[in-house]
Amino acid sequence: MSNTTRRGFLKSSAVATAGLATGASAAANEPDPLITDVQDWASYTGAGVDETPYGLPIRFEADVRRRNVEWLTASPISSINFTPIHALDGTITPQGCAFERHHSGAIELSKPDYRLMINGLVDRPLVFTYADLERFPRENHVYFCECAANTGMEWAGAQLNGAQFTHGMIHNMEYTGIPLRSLLAEAGAQMDDDLWVYVEGADASSNGRSIPMAKALDDCLVAFKANGEALRMEHGYPVRLVVPGWEGNMWVKWLRRIEVVDRAVESREETSKYTDVYEDGTARKWTWVMDAKSVVTSPSPQMPIEHGPGPLVISGLAWSGHGQITRVDVSKDGGMTWETARLGKQGDSKALTRFYLDTIWDGQPMLLQSRAMDETGYVQPTKAQLREMRGENAVYHNNCIQTWAVNEQGIAENVETS
Amino acid sequence: PAATGPLGLGRAAHPEELAAWDVDVLPDGRGLPEGSGDVLTGEEVFADKCASCHGDFAEGVDNWPVLAGGFDTLADEDPVKTVGSYWPYLSTVWDYVNRSMPFGEAQTLTADETYAIVAYILYSNDIVEDEAFILSHENFTAVQMHNTDGFVIDDRPGLEYAAWRAEPCMENCKDSVEITRRASMVNVTPLDEHMHPAMRGEM
Repeated sequence: MSNTTRRGFLKSSAVATAGLATGASAAANEPDPLITDVQDWASYTGAGVDETPYGLPIRFEADVRRRNVEWLTASPISSINFTPIHALDGTITPQGCAFERHHSGAIELSKPDYRLMINGLVDRPLVFTYADLERFPRENHVYFCECAANTGMEWAGAQLNGAQFTHGMIHNMEYTGIPLRSLLAEAGAQMDDDLWVYVEGADASSNGRSIPMAKALDDCLVAFKANGEALRMEHGYPVRLVVPGWEGNMWVKWLRRIEVVDRAVESREETSKYTDVYEDGTARKWTWVMDAKSVVTSPSPQMPIEHGPGPLVISGLAWSGHGQITRVDVSKDGGMTWETARLGKQGDSKALTRFYLDTIWDGQPMLLQSRAMDETGYVQPTKAQLREMRGENAVYHNNCIQTWAVNEQGIAENVETS
Repeated sequence: PAATGPLGLGRAAHPEELAAWDVDVLPDGRGLPEGSGDVLTGEEVFADKCASCHGDFAEGVDNWPVLAGGFDTLADEDPVKTVGSYWPYLSTVWDYVNRSMPFGEAQTLTADETYAIVAYILYSNDIVEDEAFILSHENFTAVQMHNTDGFVIDDRPGLEYAAWRAEPCMENCKDSVEITRRASMVNVTPLDEHMHPAMRGEM
């Protein structure tokens, strides 16, 4: 067969088999030409090592990307987008599709232009350059960063159809950085328990937040690397704060100033925003910790079952701001019965944990749920339990159990159940 | 863990540098610069620099934030959370406007302009009723906000954690389950070209 002929055949067979690409592995009546015919990639050469100095995913994965929901905010500059958690596996979020939340856009701040100031109740108000920061002893830790508003649109009902939209204001990275306590010590900070650390960014919004001294001294990191490389611009390049287990808003990006103060500043981002209104009109403030939470990422509305009945991998993510995930239970009948899932590996503290339930699907409808437990014994609540405690206007901190209704065709939908 | 000793990194911050970046204002008024502004001046500055998004009367345009009104709505089905109805401290208004507004042109206001804008926002919320009212660093902390006492410190540990740290049900947890709400009834999810919810494999 000449190359020309074979290419022509491949072109037409590609069209013919396109509809079967995701079909079930039924018994083959005829030999598979993808095996019996020599394919182009088995004969010709691929791309050279000089073609892609810094690569992007292969084009077939182009749907695995951040998405935004225009109607959520007045401007894309102070807005949110969503990590494609439905399509990912494991726990580490690729930085290029890890969600963004800005209040005045993603700014471009070079290392030479970068300055970090420490002032307030310190012996020595200091200014650091980026190069200074690289000379402090550093640590590596994996943590999740979850927006306080993740799942917030779901308080009043089932709204957005897909795990990316309902649970995708989250990413999980391995950070390299300096313990915040090292910088505080360098400045001779007062470190009494009743003191606070006010942190703000270099962007126009500043995103100032108050952090109690105990947390600042415990595990906060001033980070400059994520997943091995420099932070992405949209994630705070060159330096951001990492506040393990606490709401994403406090993870101040483009960190420019750390001030030791004798009281909380009660800035806009901890009064007007990131306060949670109860049913009676009072509000909680300083709701810092993100409680235990989980979601089935597949099957889910963006990940229908396309292989028919038989073996099925139910996969998802669990996390807790209180520490390690110790157990995840999965229900296929809307919470009437539960099976304990398998953890991909023992979860890191305050980091995403992967879970799997390897099961056999009988082709019948399912009401899929997952329920996380953390090392403090906290069990992820239902939305009804949360509403009973808080009403429907809390906006933030919705860690309810999510339900996906899967029909006989394997198509999943975001629903609420009794 | 105990903090390590200083390594001698960094350099002393100059007073001018501290003054340039440390501009936060605390609820007790610390951090406010000297200055003043009255309601009528604030109305003019607001019309010029703020009203295109926030409306002539701070009522909000389109989806932009409403700064005034919404009193006694916090327990409603749809609370209207404004400076007047929700914000606990006036310091936050001054601090945020001074540092981060106007949107897209932050840090361009003088101290007197910020005092005037804040005075006008107070007037728009009926917190001050006299058009001749002058807000200054001297009378700032005398202003009473409506919702100062509307906040409690995170009480999840006592209310929720105590209740929800219990061995969960595994079998026969309910008699039946009904679907009560569906996302498809709301239909607000971004769709791909096939009208699916931006599904895997669909670009």
